[in-house]
Amino acid sequence: MAEIVKRNKALSVSPLKASQPMGGSLACLGFDRAMPMLHGSQGCTAFAKVFFVRHFREPIPLQTTAMDQASSVLGADENVIEGIKAIAEKSNPALIMVLTTGLAETQGADVHRNVREFRAKYPEYEHIAVVAVNTPDFTGCVETGYAAAIYELINALVPNAGDAPGKPGDRQRQINVLVSPMLTPGDLEALRHLIEQFNLRPLILPDLSESLDGCLTDDEFSPVTIGGTSVSEVYTLGEAKATLVIGPSLRKAGELLEQRTGVTTHYFDHLYGLAANDALVALLAELSEMPVPSIIERQRSQLQDAMLDTHFMLGQLRIAIAADPDQLNAFAQFVTGMGAEVVVAISAANAPILTQIPVSSVKIGDLEDLEQLAKESKAQLIIGNSHAAASAERLGVPILRAGFPLYDIIGGYQKTWIGYRGSRQALFDLANLVINFAHEEIDPYYSPYAQKPADEAQGHLSCH
Amino acid sequence: MKSSKDIAELLDEPACEHNKKEKSGCSKPKPGSAAGGCAFDGAQIALLPIADVAHIVHGPIACAGSSWDNRGTRSSGAQLYRIGMTTDLTEQDVIMGRSEKRLFHAIKQAVETYQPPAVFVYNTCVPALVGDDINAICKSAAERWGVPVVPIDCAGFYGTKNLGNRIAGDAMVNQVIGTRDPDPAPQHLAPPGVKIHDVNLIGEYNIAGEFWHVLPLLDEMGLRVLCTLSGDARFHEVQTMHKAEVNMMVCSKAMVNVARRLNKEYGTPWFEGSFYGITDTSQALRDFARVIDDPDLTARTEAIVAREEARIRAELAPWKERLSGKRVLLFTGGVKSWSVISALQDLGMVVVATGTKKSTEEDKARIRELMGEDTLMIEDGSPKALLKIVRDYKADILIAGGRNMYTALKARIPFLDINQEREFGYEGYQGMLELVRQLALTLESPVWEAVRAPAPWKAHKPAARTANDESIANARAA
Repeated sequence: MAEIVKRNKALSVSPLKASQPMGGSLACLGFDRAMPMLHGSQGCTAFAKVFFVRHFREPIPLQTTAMDQASSVLGADENVIEGIKAIAEKSNPALIMVLTTGLAETQGADVHRNVREFRAKYPEYEHIAVVAVNTPDFTGCVETGYAAAIYELINALVPNAGDAPGKPGDRQRQINVLVSPMLTPGDLEALRHLIEQFNLRPLILPDLSESLDGCLTDDEFSPVTIGGTSVSEVYTLGEAKATLVIGPSLRKAGELLEQRTGVTTHYFDHLYGLAANDALVALLAELSEMPVPSIIERQRSQLQDAMLDTHFMLGQLRIAIAADPDQLNAFAQFVTGMGAEVVVAISAANAPILTQIPVSSVKIGDLEDLEQLAKESKAQLIIGNSHAAASAERLGVPILRAGFPLYDIIGGYQKTWIGYRGSRQALFDLANLVINFAHEEIDPYYSPYAQKPADEAQGHLSCH
Repeated sequence: MKSSKDIAELLDEPACEHNKKEKSGCSKPKPGSAAGGCAFDGAQIALLPIADVAHIVHGPIACAGSSWDNRGTRSSGAQLYRIGMTTDLTEQDVIMGRSEKRLFHAIKQAVETYQPPAVFVYNTCVPALVGDDINAICKSAAERWGVPVVPIDCAGFYGTKNLGNRIAGDAMVNQVIGTRDPDPAPQHLAPPGVKIHDVNLIGEYNIAGEFWHVLPLLDEMGLRVLCTLSGDARFHEVQTMHKAEVNMMVCSKAMVNVARRLNKEYGTPWFEGSFYGITDTSQALRDFARVIDDPDLTARTEAIVAREEARIRAELAPWKERLSGKRVLLFTGGVKSWSVISALQDLGMVVVATGTKKSTEEDKARIRELMGEDTLMIEDGSPKALLKIVRDYKADILIAGGRNMYTALKARIPFLDINQEREFGYEGYQGMLELVRQLALTLESPVWEAVRAPAPWKAHKPAARTANDESIANARAA
């Protein structure tokens, strides 16, 4: 069981963590015709927007209640109510999600009351789902904000089993899938395909693979998301055959859904590597009462073969990982299963899953911590976001880019990590990073008798 | 927290043309339909390029977490500005009132780990609201650790990005500029007969290192740049800005208060200019000579201008053939509009419309002068409106800030990014070559045809309407 080492310094240097409102917004962006609105000053939204745009390379719908001096001091209820109204009026979305920021929470905003007031004042917008979520940035991280948004969405929109028109199993082929933000749009596509191969119909919640998958649509411009989980389908969650919850951060949301609907729920910590995918495939075979298609069996064998090929590079490799808790756990389990050693584990925030990670200790910290600890423990490879690339450069070790944000590579959001195929590719990528670097290099020797220009030798010496 | 009076004073900027009329750039945002950054964003952008300073963002994670190391500005040496630092306030800090203490220790940590010549502390919404006294903390930290600690009180809710730029400029004038005299002029390094004159550039951010296209020319003229506020600047340079003979306001009005106040308090004359395009670059160099009024300098400047213009025009000639007559929709803020127009016209391109949302009356007059009376000036910069204009005016390319890039690409329209996140430098004579290269790269790319054509099995269905509908139709007919 891993020991959790909490933050012990005043300054966060090169932060790993991104904020809860960002996570909440991300969850909202996985719904069709949705608009997240951050309750805070304009910058909260502007920064989040730039962050998402750089990561996804897509236009991102995101609004703000634009709190100013007066409303920060005197109360910003009107900003929320009129902000919702402005979006409802202008864009006619299916879902508006109001997410608080540190500013609003410090001020003492009550966005849940604001939503009720909006309902009372503007009954003509009754058809638009409005969900309020508390996501102050002074606690948690992307993952917790995302989980809070999914929890509140279920809480607001999913009826109790008794009050709902349908009952569990009415939709025999529907499988609800709650997914953590560690799953990329590319992962979700793979997951959808896998489930469909069993003749089941996945209802993915939220579905970023339909909204932020980098797709050139016929509609040139839309003020709200194009694609994603349809809000009307949220009302059918209670009629599914089963629910899958991928990612420990969504456990609470999964439990709420199960309690509301009575649909049987299965929990998965992650879908990296052979074992996790074996468990999923076995469950799907059981739920669908179908044999495992031969193509999936073949992919399984391919992964096994890749595991054999790459264990030469990954065995005993000293790896440092910095990520949000779900993904940190997933990577640690994955590479440990390959014989690698996780020498540094940095998490953006605390979470119950951290104690179960196969390492001696997990540090709640930043990329400066990553860099220092990686240096002390002589890590040979970093797994982290684009910000960690600078740390890796200073350490002189390669980096596998994963997580949020990925702005210095193209298509990071679309990379598939899960499933037999995704896992195989991740192994190849890891192995290729270290294939030439993981061994100790012998320093060059310069013979004093050699006929070489003096400056060349100088140049070589200054490199070491 | 700043008082409403302080904010009102900052909004009243006598050197800004908007002051006389509607203050569109500084107007109150409307909830539910606002765009752009906040005062903190503006202040941070304005000062972050000061490369050797430890920039600490005092607040919970959202302010720094999603904005650090996010600018294209470059440094020739110190890299400390690229390290994000924030007090990352927690719920307990806010509730228990521990954020001031955390800030104090954060400054200590920054000073001990990185030994910066100065620390800048950016105040944000949450500490402003709970009433942290950052001025007092910075003062006692400065005394305790023996390093200047400069508070920048720029909570997001104070107002827009524009206001934040001014808050930043004000903080520099009030707290940094004038705290050190420049090093003696290195006259022994100058060629015989060349007298060195000291100048500043205000609002030059050295995006992608583009100022390095211009700096060698200033050296040749015999101008010592005491400081560029703030691209590739160092704290010790900012301190000496009061001793310049002339200040150039580069391109943007964002920090015009610095130029105005340096004029008022130290009598330094200033002029506005731009290094985008051949015409404007030459004009800027001549303006330095004109204000300094040294006959030697004037003669040297004319010689440099003549030589450089001849050289670059020769190098641009083959490109001009490829770009000449291409139609551009230009959408930028403020002064950049007219400066980029002249750059594009130097290339023989046709600017069919330009954005003027942040432009002053004076800017608009210059635009009319350059483009004629019936120029379309765009006030509504929404993606929909821009796309419509691209269609209606048959523009071949949209030139705008990065946030419009995916709007253009989704509509299958060539795009060139000219805002601060871009990765290419367009300043000076040499920058024009990069500009033409990028313009040609996107305009002449084969991908446009590929993405505009429908899938073969859907060929009967019309593709999304594009600016090149006719050309595609013509191509098919042929």
